[in-house]
Amino acid sequence: MAEKDSLLLRVITPDRVFYENRVKMVEFNTTEGEIGILPGHIPLTVIVKPGVLNITEADGEKMAALHSGFAEILPERVTILAEIIEWPEEIDEKRAEAAKERAEDRIRTKSSETDLLRAETALQRAVARIEVLR
Amino acid sequence: MASMRDIKRRKSSIQGTQQITKAMKLVSTVKLQRARAGAERSKDYFMCMYDTVNSILQRVGHVEHRYLNPRSEGKKAVIVITSNRGLAGGYNSNVAKLITRNPEFSTEDTLVYTLGNKGRDIFLRQGYEVRDCGGEIVENPAYADAMTLSARVLQAYEDGEVNQIFLAYTAFKNTVSHIPTLLKLLPVDVTTVQGDEEKEEGPSAVMNFEPEDVEALNLIIPKYMTSLIYGALMEAVASENGARMQAMDNATSNAEEMISDLSLKYNRARQGSITQELTEIIAGAEAIG
Repeated sequence: MAEKDSLLLRVITPDRVFYENRVKMVEFNTTEGEIGILPGHIPLTVIVKPGVLNITEADGEKMAALHSGFAEILPERVTILAEIIEWPEEIDEKRAEAAKERAEDRIRTKSSETDLLRAETALQRAVARIEVLR
Repeated sequence: MASMRDIKRRKSSIQGTQQITKAMKLVSTVKLQRARAGAERSKDYFMCMYDTVNSILQRVGHVEHRYLNPRSEGKKAVIVITSNRGLAGGYNSNVAKLITRNPEFSTEDTLVYTLGNKGRDIFLRQGYEVRDCGGEIVENPAYADAMTLSARVLQAYEDGEVNQIFLAYTAFKNTVSHIPTLLKLLPVDVTTVQGDEEKEEGPSAVMNFEPEDVEALNLIIPKYMTSLIYGALMEAVASENGARMQAMDNATSNAEEMISDLSLKYNRARQGSITQELTEIIAGAEAIG
């Protein structure tokens, strides 16, 4: 792939380098909404929100469930510091489904403010996991 | 002079001890290698985190923010990472000394969060207020553990219970050199962080933030803290095994020394008793003849 129409994506977690390659496009969810990054993006630092990380490589696409962390975007380089991230094959679908139901339950019954926030994050995570599997 | 039997018993007991220390050394060597690989893997993440936080702080400069400005009321919190088991030389006491020997950390206004049972025992004995965070974490640190811990301490900070957060751990330099380190986590010292940065001026002069700088700080600083704690945990585990390996290596060679000393004594005693028996036989023969 030519240098010009690709960017270097590095996804780093505390205990491994999750992904490192030249890619065409990266998409993920941030606190300000979904973002798609092409080569030549302006320098930007964003906070990750639970969602799907979509990587467009020269010959295909890759997906992963990205749960928390933040990303540094430079014109030719994107570094995602992910606290929690999973490839589809690492996700337990049954557990994700169960977590989703539990979170939805908690939101419906809502007891106090803090609980609601946690339940919402849990729900977002579960949804991201299930979405990646599909 | 001790009898032959005494010396022999003593020698075999030391040989038994030597076998144990030798085995322990081998075990900690293997564990050290694993822990070291883990510590090196987490370094990548930590360096990126450090750079990003640096660049943010550099842009933000001096702002009113609860994570950056020191407050007066409240205690000092120290997170101390020690091991669960002893026989690691001065590993545990060296870390503890950073706090107990430091006049800034008096027993009245210090809150100690301990990881590892040894540390908990030491600080309880010294009369500190201790919050035990469990010993299992240091056996095999996971990032999730660091997150829980950091959230717990941060909560105390937000509640105003503590006004400063420190981290005491043993930094792993190499297999033989481990340095007890005291690190200030919160409030983040903007000046020292910036001082570091000025040397290596990056090309990315203009960085934008989404959300805004100050809001980003709210979210990034806890993550920064977690990564510091996690990095410290990984290093501490490597240091623990390094220290134990060294201690056991010393013990093994000391045992070796004692055994050779006792062998010498044993042989001398044996020779002595043979000589004595001979003298007795000859004296007996002479008396008869």
